[in-house]
Amino acid sequence: MTARIGIVTFPGSLDDADAARAVRIAGGEPIALWHGDDDLRGVDAVVLPGGFSYGDYLRCGAIARFAPVMTSVVERAHSGMPVLGICNGFQILCESHLLPGALTRNDHLHFICRDQRLRIENNSSDWTRNFDAHSEIVIPLKNGEGGYVADEATLDQLEGDGRVIARYLDVNPNGSRREIAGICNERGNVVGLMPHPEHAVEELTGPSTDGLGFFTSVLSSLLEGAAR
Amino acid sequence: MFSRDGVPVARVIVDVMLKPEILDPQGRAVQGALGRLGLDGVQDVRQGKQFVIDIDGDLDADRRAMLERLAGELLSNPVIEDYRMRVLADGESL
Amino acid sequence: MIDTVEHAEQTPDHEQPYADLGLKEDEYQRIRDILGRRPTSSELAMYSVMWSEHCSYKSSKVHLRQFGEKKPETDALLVGIGENAGVVDIGDGWAVTFKVESHNHPSYVEPYQGAATGVGGIVRDILSMGARPLAVMDPLRFGPADAEDTRRVLPGVVAGVGGYGNCLGLPNIGGEVVFDESYAGNPLVNALCVGSMRHEDIHLASAKGVGNLVVLYGARTGGDGIGGVSVLASETFDDEGPAKRPSVQVGDPFMEKLLIEATLEVLQAGLVEGIQDLGGAGISCATSELASNGEGGMHVWLDRVLLRDPTLSPEEILMSESQERMCAIVRPEKIEAFMDYCRKWDVEAVVIGEVNDSGRLTIDWHGERIVDAPPRTVAHEGPVYERPYHRPEWQDALQADSPARLPRPTREQFETTLLELVASPNLASKSWVTDQYDRYVLGNTVLAQPEDSGMIRVDEETGRGVAIATDCNGRFAKLDPYTGAQLALAESYRNVCATGAVPLAVTNCLNFGSPEDPEVMWQFAEAVRGLADACLELGIPVTGGNVSFYNQTGDTAILPTPVVGVLGVIDDVDRRTPMAWGPDGELIYLLGDTRDEFAGSEWAHLRGHLGGLPPKVDLQRERILGEILVAASRDGMITAAHDISDGGFAQAIVEMALRSGVGARLWLPDGIDPFVQLFAESAGRAVVVIPRSEELRFTEMCAARGVPAHRVGVVDSALGPDVGEDTETQVLQFGEYFTVTLDRLREVHAATLPALFQ
Repeated sequence: MTARIGIVTFPGSLDDADAARAVRIAGGEPIALWHGDDDLRGVDAVVLPGGFSYGDYLRCGAIARFAPVMTSVVERAHSGMPVLGICNGFQILCESHLLPGALTRNDHLHFICRDQRLRIENNSSDWTRNFDAHSEIVIPLKNGEGGYVADEATLDQLEGDGRVIARYLDVNPNGSRREIAGICNERGNVVGLMPHPEHAVEELTGPSTDGLGFFTSVLSSLLEGAAR
Repeated sequence: MFSRDGVPVARVIVDVMLKPEILDPQGRAVQGALGRLGLDGVQDVRQGKQFVIDIDGDLDADRRAMLERLAGELLSNPVIEDYRMRVLADGESL
Repeated sequence: MIDTVEHAEQTPDHEQPYADLGLKEDEYQRIRDILGRRPTSSELAMYSVMWSEHCSYKSSKVHLRQFGEKKPETDALLVGIGENAGVVDIGDGWAVTFKVESHNHPSYVEPYQGAATGVGGIVRDILSMGARPLAVMDPLRFGPADAEDTRRVLPGVVAGVGGYGNCLGLPNIGGEVVFDESYAGNPLVNALCVGSMRHEDIHLASAKGVGNLVVLYGARTGGDGIGGVSVLASETFDDEGPAKRPSVQVGDPFMEKLLIEATLEVLQAGLVEGIQDLGGAGISCATSELASNGEGGMHVWLDRVLLRDPTLSPEEILMSESQERMCAIVRPEKIEAFMDYCRKWDVEAVVIGEVNDSGRLTIDWHGERIVDAPPRTVAHEGPVYERPYHRPEWQDALQADSPARLPRPTREQFETTLLELVASPNLASKSWVTDQYDRYVLGNTVLAQPEDSGMIRVDEETGRGVAIATDCNGRFAKLDPYTGAQLALAESYRNVCATGAVPLAVTNCLNFGSPEDPEVMWQFAEAVRGLADACLELGIPVTGGNVSFYNQTGDTAILPTPVVGVLGVIDDVDRRTPMAWGPDGELIYLLGDTRDEFAGSEWAHLRGHLGGLPPKVDLQRERILGEILVAASRDGMITAAHDISDGGFAQAIVEMALRSGVGARLWLPDGIDPFVQLFAESAGRAVVVIPRSEELRFTEMCAARGVPAHRVGVVDSALGPDVGEDTETQVLQFGEYFTVTLDRLREVHAATLPALFQ
């Protein structure tokens, strides 16, 4: 049985088709989910893709988080369904309080698109288990509001619990606290990641194929979960 | 409260600012610009948002409470922002 | 009180401010003759904008005809000049459409919004051909890099291009950033978009089918861009005085994204008979063009237009340039389905008119007729000027002032000269700009800047793709506009071939000074003639383009800047040729002839010199060189290629080395002056890198085609001193002249723009 991975399209989502391609290449079946519909169509996991949902108006992800589909996503996430929020998706996860902290304007005030080196800090989450510990990967980063912030207590807790998923190497491209590029929830099923793994799945169009690991990881997780 | 075509309308102002401990690069950029334009001694600049909401009819306790909740949930992100809400009195302008 | 047709008939002697609206007396008289009465203020507004230079091309038409008259025979052209954008067959049932447009003056006034709305406008043009937009590119030109005003304009323009394009989800895959004194006060912001569709999905901007409905959808109409028309406010006999109207158009990329999705879905569902985007002259343009291209008649109820500003007069509504609006022709039985798709995407839509065969465009405002005119006279039969032109008196002196008189560096100074060039604003790294653009969205970007062309995979199954390059050296064009335009085409053509794609079609954005200046007009006439002749010789047609006049401040016109875009096709993007060279031992070859040609070069520019004759152009050589580059790519003979242009051979080598991060040993061919070899800007040349195993095959191919091929180097990562475990410093060793580290080159190459604009 091929795992069904839902990909939500909000008005203004841009990287939904790319996320679908990544799922397909990894061996899963991408299922298109509409923001206005709370039916998750029996998917086993959900990806909230990158883009400018609602034009980033008000705040990035602030309006998307109230979409009907999110009621179902939040509910299933609380029961352990894997959810990956990429870039705008990460912003939506924070606005929905599925993850702590928030994403703010890049400290240098420009939109930046670059091939970013990362270190995978946590390889036990549903979305990173196929990576070797401390793997260094290169995937594209592209955002204007990617600075991760949280108060000191929260940051200490994230570090202490090993919930920092990935950290920026060489260059901190947006002023994120503690060079944090991605985090997960306590259970490890909800992951927010600022850079874009879906753009690093083909040698032809990406800086590497390092991004595939995120998508193959969730398929492994689901397989193991199904086997139990 | 004012009137538009005979319908009473209340005007609610919600000001949203980043919490003091959050880095405000836009405010910083403005501070730099003020200095370059000749204004000395600017200690700090913080940039925020103002929402001007015109709403029909009487703002009773329930509706006011709903607005407060939405101000804290939608109009501002409580993780990084503070908000202040006020209803303009009759005849008061912005 | 509204100025109706009836009222116009009754008040023939009413004075109208046609001159304030840019119409000449004979043009005003012609309108009266066409209508058989004086025009209403709405009709006057429509004619004045549609007959303006920007919309009617009145000064350029007589010259642009050559693109049609000298059109080369080709099967590839599916839709030619005249439509919103040309459409080219790329094989396998796929077609692409592409076009470049200008938004120069608005970008000087409001850099962010001017640039942003420029992107929005060109994307809608592509959309209105029935294509899914795939990518954008932006040729940008500014005043001197260190000028105060450039620091105002450039960051705003770049932020606007990025802000709009990124939000739309279109990768930015190429373009240019050029600095020159003549653009101070007149920055050039040209925006290109390319889209694809299946052959059967091509849509034209025509209103066919009597009884079909005219639907206006997208953003609401406000007072954007109606500056000049406000003078008519006094003509409406209203009591309210003219309100202050915004003259800068403000873009909403989110709305455009929704517009794109809704439009693609209604096109896919076969719900649309004709479609047009609203650009310059807004509703006037869309309705008159749709009507004149179709059955010939249309009726419009203007009061049904959804307004952002309820105080707008009918003249202002007609003239509004509010962004993110489209106009579709829909059969009555399909209108509900059309509206459903709009509702799905939260896009407002309203029926504002109906197609008929009356041969007239009639517009009513709350039941009163305010426009009744033959649409062809508005949209297509504008004035045609034969502007006088003559060669400038200073042209001979300019061409005689050869750069040969400039003192040349000694061999000890070659390294400094190279570093100076590499660090100069025109040759330095443009990453500071291009890193603000998303290059990855849609997942089909195979090549993007700084590669020679932007290459997009169109078909994920077969790997079929397209490549686009834009180029223009305005200095060459000033020295000789005819040759300069040909060199622009040659460079674009060469760039497309260097990446392994076969050139198919041409677009252009002709940026010039005032057409009322006979010397500028001569530059324009010569450039168009040169470009048309070159297209014929290279066998690739012009499919469409744009003219931007009046780029001048007082008496000083910009450098004549005919930006040329070439589109090519590649069967399988996997075979593309990138710039970065590969493993040690691969051979570096220089193809073509190098001559002592420095007129208009970057080296001369840095010495404040512009004079002489531009490099010789040999289109047959370019064609053969192109064929070699494509054949070599197809057959796997070459690992990397790069065209030689600004800065000459040395700059090309530096760019390839920095891209690969690996050094090389180079030697200069005998019998040619080393300064010339390193820095001359002769055309028709490229650098290729080939594996030793392919050397014989490749050189035999070049010899057979009569193209000189000199072995000038070898990739070598072990030239420099060790710096650590298995790591050596990477260097470029230029013969016996000098050796420079890649670190040093990278440092100076990367530092210039951030230092100026960060």
